Amino acid sequence: MLESTKDMGGPRQSLLSIKGLRKHFPVGGGLFGKKQVVRAVDDIDFEVAKGETLGIVGESGCGKSTTARLLMHLIAPDAGTIVYDGEPVGPSLSLRELRRRMQMVFQDSYASLNPRLTIEDSIAFGPRVHGEPNQDARALARDLLNRVGLKPETFANRYPHELSGGQRQRVNIARALALRPRIVLLDEAVSALDKSVEAQVLNLLIDLKRDFGLTYVFISHDLNVVRYISDRVLVMYLGEVVEIGPVDEMWANPRHPYTAALLASMPTLDPDARTQEAPLAGDPPNPIDPPAGCRFHTRCPFAEEICASTRPRLSTVDTAHAVSCLMYEPGSGHSRATGTRALQFEVVS
Amino acid sequence: MKPVVSVRDLTVSFHGERTVHAVNGVSLEVRQGEVLGLLGESGSGKSVTMRALMRLLPRKRTRIAGSIEVDGRDVLAMKDDELSAMRGKVVSMIFQEPALALDPVYTIGAQIAESVVRHEGKSMAEGRERALEMLERVRIPSPKRRLDAYPHEMSGGMRQRAMIALALACKPKILLADEPTTALDATVQIQILLLLRELQAEMGMSVIFVTHDLGVAVEICDRVSVMYAGKVAETGTLANLVRDPRHPYAQGLLSSTVLGARRGERLTTIPGAPPSLSQPPQACSFEPRCRFAVASCAIQRPPEVDLGERRMARCIFAEKTASEKIASLQPTPA
Repeated sequence: MLESTKDMGGPRQSLLSIKGLRKHFPVGGGLFGKKQVVRAVDDIDFEVAKGETLGIVGESGCGKSTTARLLMHLIAPDAGTIVYDGEPVGPSLSLRELRRRMQMVFQDSYASLNPRLTIEDSIAFGPRVHGEPNQDARALARDLLNRVGLKPETFANRYPHELSGGQRQRVNIARALALRPRIVLLDEAVSALDKSVEAQVLNLLIDLKRDFGLTYVFISHDLNVVRYISDRVLVMYLGEVVEIGPVDEMWANPRHPYTAALLASMPTLDPDARTQEAPLAGDPPNPIDPPAGCRFHTRCPFAEEICASTRPRLSTVDTAHAVSCLMYEPGSGHSRATGTRALQFEVVS
Repeated sequence: MKPVVSVRDLTVSFHGERTVHAVNGVSLEVRQGEVLGLLGESGSGKSVTMRALMRLLPRKRTRIAGSIEVDGRDVLAMKDDELSAMRGKVVSMIFQEPALALDPVYTIGAQIAESVVRHEGKSMAEGRERALEMLERVRIPSPKRRLDAYPHEMSGGMRQRAMIALALACKPKILLADEPTTALDATVQIQILLLLRELQAEMGMSVIFVTHDLGVAVEICDRVSVMYAGKVAETGTLANLVRDPRHPYAQGLLSSTVLGARRGERLTTIPGAPPSLSQPPQACSFEPRCRFAVASCAIQRPPEVDLGERRMARCIFAEKTASEKIASLQPTPA
């Protein structure tokens, strides 16, 4: 059986260290059209610690899925470096080896599976490619099916279309684990599932993380799920990181006005405390032509003139908590730029 | 008070390559100015029920039985011209995907005006005037300019507003909303929910709001019907459902929510998956997944237990609260 790769830099070294990651997609530009780019991911930095679950949230078009695909090198980044446990991807770590150590589960459980392969073959495919003898790969597939709660004798020889969405997503998770990765990227992996099935799969993910010593990057638009499963959360807006920090701290004390608005937009579960006012007006702007300066300034209730011209830097406000907003940069020229303490937002939740 | 919408024992089945019994005896009642939520997972029959109300289901392959009365008229007996007179005028519908519901080759203004001309016999100019008024009402920025915009020129949230404007242009008595905020981003979803809530109160409409999201239901509904396997498992006020659900499925749904769950702790889940609907149910559809099930649950259909105040749960243990049900599972100390 394939062994999980050994730990290199010790527990304090980040498993993933991302610097200046960028991806711009060209659009239009035909014969007469103007060449434009979608700034899907624009110079983002972040770290993923060993054994943690990092949640990535943001609205559609903010670049969260592009980020995951860049991490896997499913699309090539325009710029930036990805360092996996001390080894830079590219120079010293091959893509083939990277994808053995890092696996991904997608939202569409059906599109992610080859319809002509049985469940067992789908799971055993990766290990076979990596040189595992046929018998061992099959045994591994059956063992993994057990681990994800599907009886091998019932499911091993079935095809993807014979399974329900929840069962298929379990298969995708088993397949992701077949190469014994240390990190799994979950891109909206439970979003298409019904609530009762979603809870089952979340429980499974938590069990597997403990049993296999995994690290997760969990991308979702559902803030409740992200809060439940993540240790730290990264908030993206139009291709940039606006805030990153520990989940409880962020929910109790959101620093960035966008984070505060996002949290306040969550529907309540208390019939006596319905939301009275929408925290933000309008739709997120088009990432083709994002606003200059701070990209959030067009919707921000605290925006001042300076915000339209100066791009804020991601700066630390607290240990492990960073925010990208001029209000937290002393001397930035914003009238509220007094320091790093949290602003008082009215968060209805 | 006479209900505006009254559905009795509705069954809908689809026949073709395979048979699906999508709706198996649904009864609903909506009064004037009331917002009823239909809450359920995919395949529970909520959208099919809505489409049956509008008679939008493919005629050849669909068998409908039971009765549907809308504004005092029998919808199942209506002829084609009566149906098109009803749609948009008495009952309107909004969908999850405005991009699919709006006509891509006509401007927003023209689509709204057409509906006004068709239903109220107004001139095209008057129709355009109403269109402008509606776009202002749903708070589309620079509405004059947007009258001449095509659906693809608008963002998702704006298109959803345009669809609402179109649906409400002829001041219908009843609005059917089929997951209208599901595809929207969080910050836009809450705007649309608040807009719908405001327009509903202003116009005094009755609304049936289909959603799978409990939080969305809490924001907009007065009453809720929880659907499971093509039947209503429980009906009651929103507060009753959230605070004191009686059907084991509703109880499970509420306790499996990640909201309020502590990080790292396992969630309480409902085991298994919903049944296949290739056969009409003969017993309780939830029985295979129910931790409180007894022998009779697998043999006979559970009764609709009337709990007073227009509250109903389809379970033999409906009188018991969630904690009483759990207590009854423990062996009593001797």
